[in-house]
Amino acid sequence: MKKGNEYAVVGREIEKWFGEGEARVHALRGVDLEIRMGELAMLVGPSGCGKTTLLSVVAGLLDMNGGELTVLGETPAQMSAQEQILFRRRNLGFVFQQYNLLPALTAAENVAVPLLAGGWNRIDAVAEATRLLAQLGMEDRASSLPALLSGGQQQRVALARALVHKPRLVVCDEPTSALDAATGRTVMELLSEVAVRPDRAVIVVTHDSRVFEFADTIAHMDDGRIQTVETGAARAQQIAAQATQARELYA
Amino acid sequence: MNFVALKMLTGDRAKYLGLIFAIAFSSFLIAHQASIFAGIMDRTRSQIKDVTDADIWVMDRNTQYFDEVNALTDNDLYRVRGVSGVKWAVPLFKGNPRAKAPDGKFRVVILLGLDDATLVGAPRKMVLGSADDLREPDAAIIDEAGYRFFFPKQPLELGRTLEMNDHRVRLEGICDASAPFTTLPVVYTRYSQALGYVGRERNLLSFVLVKPEPNAPIGELAKHITQATGLKAMGGDQFGWATIMYFIRNTGIPINFGITVMIALIVGTVVAGQTFYIFTIENLKQFGALKAIGVTNRRIVGMILLQALVVGSIGYALGMGMAATFFAIFVHQIATRGILLLPQVMIGTAVVVIFIVIVASLMSIRKVLVLEPAVVFRG
Repeated sequence: MKKGNEYAVVGREIEKWFGEGEARVHALRGVDLEIRMGELAMLVGPSGCGKTTLLSVVAGLLDMNGGELTVLGETPAQMSAQEQILFRRRNLGFVFQQYNLLPALTAAENVAVPLLAGGWNRIDAVAEATRLLAQLGMEDRASSLPALLSGGQQQRVALARALVHKPRLVVCDEPTSALDAATGRTVMELLSEVAVRPDRAVIVVTHDSRVFEFADTIAHMDDGRIQTVETGAARAQQIAAQATQARELYA
Repeated sequence: MNFVALKMLTGDRAKYLGLIFAIAFSSFLIAHQASIFAGIMDRTRSQIKDVTDADIWVMDRNTQYFDEVNALTDNDLYRVRGVSGVKWAVPLFKGNPRAKAPDGKFRVVILLGLDDATLVGAPRKMVLGSADDLREPDAAIIDEAGYRFFFPKQPLELGRTLEMNDHRVRLEGICDASAPFTTLPVVYTRYSQALGYVGRERNLLSFVLVKPEPNAPIGELAKHITQATGLKAMGGDQFGWATIMYFIRNTGIPINFGITVMIALIVGTVVAGQTFYIFTIENLKQFGALKAIGVTNRRIVGMILLQALVVGSIGYALGMGMAATFFAIFVHQIATRGILLLPQVMIGTAVVVIFIVIVASLMSIRKVLVLEPAVVFRG
């Protein structure tokens, strides 16, 4: 089992709204959330259900308006802005939907950015980044600019950038939505192989049901709340049953 | 992170070059126009600067600048000589008679009549001949630009003649005089001779040139002369600046040049600012990603300022290079001689370029500082 007993994220009654007065929009309406170390957790649900907002709050990119949140044993709400930045830099890795690679930097240089932000010198950082890219099967593209890479390759570079500084929590926003099914699957396989470790948790926001099988837990969100939480195994069985049903229907 | 900033900057070649050229042309235009303005203004005091023998100029109390003088009496010269602290005082005539070449070509000239005995105020930089030759009958020295006007495409040689007020003038020297504001030829001759070259007035003494005793400060002595004689007296430097200020106050020259400099400043700031702003906006997601990853606002501001500094430095260097090339080419032309790219103008332009890049980067910095890193999660 990959799961540990330690919690990576614990949230209680998390509230988040945007705007004030009549224009106020509630994005999170009292979310309870528990994610253990060693777990790959998915936040799923329809557009506008609050999953990206929840991810942003957990990652410290948005302040919550109410509730309690503990991330890696720390309470972000009690940290200063500078402490939050340092906390993110040391402990969090990010994978974005649109990769957000710097177009002027090579793949290796992009991967090296979190190390550079942490004070590494350029040569050591790029060497470490190149080593990690090699692990991800990208050694021959380390010197390529992002524009010369396919979507899957860019997402692998983004994954390497999220992992290079050995964070304890990796957050991924729709990592497969811009990829075709096969490439998306490859990226998820890579994510679950490389990123998920006993001392690290991974949170993936997605609405791509094809990748649910990689999850240890799946939190279904709707209307700013987590409606149900199921284990990945249960969900995989459900998907398999649906597939069998479909085969019988069209046989 | 500095190399990340530089690669982000140079990665977009079109905008990078656009930024550099915006600043290069702004700094070129500012330096070019400011230098020409300074050069033209400096020309208004050329004949004052060229007199290096005397330190104090004495003139009618209502004289405002060099080109418009009210004559003094010969008695004024003796009164000045009588002031304590004056080592010596000599007359200087300045007039604008018309000179005519043998082929009939004529032009108004700046005629300077020097003290017959001492030749104080004689040109120091001779191209041909000697200032002492002014002692010859009908002798005069003309500046090279004037010579080339009267005798175009002819070799420089002595002994040629001009005619002024029906008097023959024999050119015994050709000098390198500072270019005058009016671009008129400058002719030097003896005081006694100069009086014959102009239409007769009762008094013709334009200035008294004074050399103080070694222990007499220029400013103090000028005050004493004014108190003792009722005439205006000032140091050569002060008189030069008074002449410059007269032109600044009474002509449209500074306004015209000032408008061009302001346009260069505004266009440079707007173009550079706009390009830099667009450059930042297009990279906003990347900046957001950097902020999410844990790059501090301070570091990002540093990155943007580094980008602005690099663009500003390269643009400024290119602009100064273009301006220096321009003046190197035209400094030897007769019409533009003596107009140089001044160090003060270079420093001033650098200050303006710093202003441009700071304003340009402030627009971008503000945008990045208020950027929520959560923007990276919005597809």
